[in-house]
Amino acid sequence: MAKRIDVKDLNIYYGDFLAVEDISMTIEPRSVTALIGPSGCGKSTFLRSLNRMHEVVPGGRVEGSVAVDGQDLYDRGVDPVDVRRQIGMVFQRPNPFPTMSIYDNVVAGVRLSGTRMKRSELDDVVERSLQGANLWNEVKDRLTKPGAGLSGGQQQRLCIARAIAVEPQVLLMDEPCSALDPISTLAIEDLIANLKQEYTIVIVTHNMQQAARVSDFTGFFNIAGTGKPGKLIEMDDTAKIFSTPSVKATEDYISGRFG
Amino acid sequence: MSSPSTPTVTAPRKQAGRNGVQRPGDRLFSGAARGSGLLILVILAGVAIFLITEAWPAITAPADAIPGGEGLAAYVAPLVFGTVLAATIALVVATPLAIAIALFITHYAPKRMAQGLGYLVDLLAAVPSIIYGLWGFQVVAPASVPVARWLEENLGFIPLFAGPTSSTGRTMLVAGVVLAIMILPIISAVCREVFIQTPRLNQEAALALGATRWEMIRMTVLPFGRSGIISAAMLGLGRALGETMAVAIVLSVSGGITLNLIGSGNPSTIAANIALQFPESSGIAVNTLIASGLVLFVITLAVNMSARWIVKRANRSGDGR
Repeated sequence: MAKRIDVKDLNIYYGDFLAVEDISMTIEPRSVTALIGPSGCGKSTFLRSLNRMHEVVPGGRVEGSVAVDGQDLYDRGVDPVDVRRQIGMVFQRPNPFPTMSIYDNVVAGVRLSGTRMKRSELDDVVERSLQGANLWNEVKDRLTKPGAGLSGGQQQRLCIARAIAVEPQVLLMDEPCSALDPISTLAIEDLIANLKQEYTIVIVTHNMQQAARVSDFTGFFNIAGTGKPGKLIEMDDTAKIFSTPSVKATEDYISGRFG
Repeated sequence: MSSPSTPTVTAPRKQAGRNGVQRPGDRLFSGAARGSGLLILVILAGVAIFLITEAWPAITAPADAIPGGEGLAAYVAPLVFGTVLAATIALVVATPLAIAIALFITHYAPKRMAQGLGYLVDLLAAVPSIIYGLWGFQVVAPASVPVARWLEENLGFIPLFAGPTSSTGRTMLVAGVVLAIMILPIISAVCREVFIQTPRLNQEAALALGATRWEMIRMTVLPFGRSGIISAAMLGLGRALGETMAVAIVLSVSGGITLNLIGSGNPSTIAANIALQFPESSGIAVNTLIASGLVLFVITLAVNMSARWIVKRANRSGDGR
């Protein structure tokens, strides 16, 4: 299920504005890759280009290639809708569908995929996904209640359950804990550690301790100045990045000298 | 803080009552706001009292004194039926169209085109109703005749299209369609505002799950906008119920209650009937017309209140907010 992602010479634009320049990296399957860097350096933009969510923004486009197990996502004839069904995403702020129950939120993506499923099969998907997101015990007695009635941390885990219900190959997380308290953050981090058994995970985070705790590989993004494009400064094993980074800027950022 | 002599500066908590310190500006503004709010109630009550007192002679009059000679209920019933029928046709035609227009403007059209289109739709609302009436009479009515013939031939088994087809085209169907065009701008403008408010996060959540644009709209935009759509439709319905000139010009009135939308015998609507009859009426006939106006007043009030109730219920069951 988990797949390897090869990014090659990727330039990301908003209209004429080059937001992220010349990214090449390899994201290993069944691992957690963290992307760190100061605000506005293009981490989230890059993350969104991995499942073609970038082009949802008017004027958003890319050059270069993003290949998942050899298949370029940006090939002519590749439907972005199919890409997004295979590469799930969890957003910065919890965003369950406010008009849907917990149950319907979890199966929202499954229902989209068009496969007709029996009620019992759907029930299985809901239980498995909520178990997977460590939320089952908290909500199993109120699956028909609105998802918006949960706490922030629970809502975020509901969003993760919704994303893994469709069994994606890759899970992208855009600062999934930035709107959560420390306890909920811990729950999500535990969850990430479990999920990496099955999924390729890419996580953008502002919290460097978090990157150090959850990830196997870390990429450091930086920006030369306002209006300049963001770049990947270096990428390596998380242990190496946080102990002996090969670039001075990375060391400065990690040790808190800027950013 | 501007008056240094007051002791509130040193001990504001003891001084402040339940509502805190009252400053002149606050008091002035709250008074003005409250006065304006009350004014609405006074106007509404004034209209209701006028309608009831003026309608009273007709309500209490013997049946043969009422125009038509069969009493007030028999006089008003076809008018109520015509009013509701015309407004219903208008609503059924206009609402889906308005929703589609609003969705196109907010979610499909390129940005520049969307602005122009939205502006055009708003402009439709600025056209005076007499113009719509003339246009309906001169253009839509004649153009509708072949369509009505086709409906009669092919769908004649439905009572709505039973025929015989009117040769002038000044039918209930055309009146309803003209009304639909008139209420289209208000419905689509309100829907547009509501659809634009759909949280971007929810829309992105749907897209990230692999929803197509239409699926995204069905999952997020429409549920989010549901109560807004209902309010918009009710606003349009209110306007359609009360519309006078366009109906008075388009509709060829003769006869009573009939479901046949394409025939030449149509019931009039309350508002159009008042406009047409009022100049030539005197005595009890005037009271009768005002009584029909009272009925219209009650209908519109009922429509608005039920709309509020529906919106409230939809909000409560829909989401946890």
